[in-house]
Amino acid sequence: MSVARLLVVGTWLQLKMRARSAFDGVLALVYPLFFATTVFLMFRQGGESGALVGAAVGASVMGVWSAVSTTASTSLQSERRQGTLELLVASPTHFPLIVVPITLSMAIIGLWSLVTTLLWGRLVFGIDVRIDDPAGFVAAALVTVLAIALVGYLLAVSAVRYRGAWAFGTALELPVWLICGFLVPLGQLPSWVRPISWLLPPTWGVSAVKHAAEGSSPWLDITVCVAVAACYAVLATAVCTRLLRSARAAATLSLT
Amino acid sequence: MTVIEVTDLQRRYRSRSGVFKRTTRVVEAVRGIDFAVERGELFGLLGPNGAGKTTTIKMLITLLLPSGGAARVLGYDVVEDAREVRRRVGYVFGGDRGLYERLCALDNLRYFAELYAVAPREQAARIGELLELVGLKGHEHERVEGYSRGMRQRLHIARGLLHRPEVLFLDEPSIGIDPVGARELRATVAALVEGGTTVLLTTHYMFEADELCDRIAVIADGRIVAEGTPDELKAGSSAGQVVEVEVYGSAEFALDGLRALRGVTSVIVEVRDQAQVVVVRSGGVGDLTQHVLDALEGVNRGKVTARQPTLEDAYVELVAGA
Ligand SMILES: Nc1ncnc2c1ncn2[C@@H]1O[C@H](COP(=O)(O)OP(=O)(O)O)[C@@H](O)[C@H]1O
Ligand SMILES: [Mg+2]
Repeated sequence: MSVARLLVVGTWLQLKMRARSAFDGVLALVYPLFFATTVFLMFRQGGESGALVGAAVGASVMGVWSAVSTTASTSLQSERRQGTLELLVASPTHFPLIVVPITLSMAIIGLWSLVTTLLWGRLVFGIDVRIDDPAGFVAAALVTVLAIALVGYLLAVSAVRYRGAWAFGTALELPVWLICGFLVPLGQLPSWVRPISWLLPPTWGVSAVKHAAEGSSPWLDITVCVAVAACYAVLATAVCTRLLRSARAAATLSLT
Repeated sequence: MTVIEVTDLQRRYRSRSGVFKRTTRVVEAVRGIDFAVERGELFGLLGPNGAGKTTTIKMLITLLLPSGGAARVLGYDVVEDAREVRRRVGYVFGGDRGLYERLCALDNLRYFAELYAVAPREQAARIGELLELVGLKGHEHERVEGYSRGMRQRLHIARGLLHRPEVLFLDEPSIGIDPVGARELRATVAALVEGGTTVLLTTHYMFEADELCDRIAVIADGRIVAEGTPDELKAGSSAGQVVEVEVYGSAEFALDGLRALRGVTSVIVEVRDQAQVVVVRSGGVGDLTQHVLDALEGVNRGKVTARQPTLEDAYVELVAGA
């Protein structure tokens, strides 16, 4: 009960803070539309309508990933910079319960970005993502957003220990676009890249959403996506205690 | 009952620098200190910048692991029972960081009320009471980014008290706030102690420690160099005399001569208003003034004052000797 309350209050305040910053809030809301526009214009040149639907889905997930990967690791860095990270650690609440609301707020922003990208494609570019299996599509979209948020959770947790981890999260933003098959089909990548793709939940999420949009069954991909994402969550929670202890030993909770 | 018990506590930092040729520098911030604070006491840790005060506090509130020695707060080990310690202590530091700028005071307090598991039904009343206590009533809906330093400091205090901690750690709470604010702060702290809270306060202001603290430990370069009540510390310094001479232009060349005088324990140059003041402290008796003036032969000088040592002199001497 009090845990649920903590999560709700935490997520709400996180969203409030983001909404009040031009950089995190307003830009985060319009940014995905720039990706989407670029992608749509490029694919429209190609001419195939099937490819365009795939691009719409890919671009929408791209927006989710960008929002999450960059904020996940920078949010704890900014807590460190403003001196609140130490106050959070000094409180008796288990640290994962403090990080999860940050992640949830990112997932909510991600969901927004997914929906607006699809609407943008529909309204401005006339890309009609036909949804034969609405339940499957919604499930695939939600699971993808949540899975990406859980990857963000792992990134955020590592930022507690390593002052440089924020750069790592930002550096991951673009390679993942490529590796997870957001735009380029996985089959076109060198074969040694594929095992890496399989370890990343967005790969399965994007595949699930694409399947649902094309009318084939997304459920296998959804299941794998959930399983892989759950591993990230378990891993992050397991290393959290260790990383916190190590941060207390190495004095990295504060800037100086 | 002993509330804080520190035994041979140590902490060193390793910092790396250099990109190609990596060098590791080790800083011994706290070099084995011992002290104990009893329930209801206001204990002061007094020392100059870099003495190790913040490092000590951060070990006691479980933000830093000690490199050696041990500490217990309310009977709980700060390493083994960190959560038990966290539940029962409050932490407030000076300066204007440590707040969510984009949130209002109320939201800042609500968040920490959740983190400290203040019962939902009590939260509103407790927050209202604290806003009243620190004088922020009426400003609680304003965003912190518009707050003055003094208001931020008061909000910090409210935050630190949300869960009614048995022990409060205050790290240089009056830093950067105006004299009126600092006086109000001292009154608030005194009231808390009156109410039974045990307080450990760090400061580099002598008079603050003197006015507030029941007991003071003077810390310099990671070691405790003296401990006692303010009166005991003053008594330790009541012998001897101090001569202050205003000088204009360079007096550097004369300082070694002053240091060589018999009985002189410290010679420092302070800048006050327009002039530099050479402060000579001596443990001995006899006519210090005449000897000082002789040694300052050839220096362009102004007012000369001889006086009794104060607590401040005792402090300067302790720290200089470390
Ligand atoms: N994170 C850190 N890394 C390296 N050295 C540090 C760190 N924090 C503090 N120090 C050093 O440890 C010493 C004690 O610092 P501190 O405890 O902050 O002193 P005080 O609070 O009394 O001013 C200083 O020499 C300071 O430079
Ligand atoms: Mg300090």
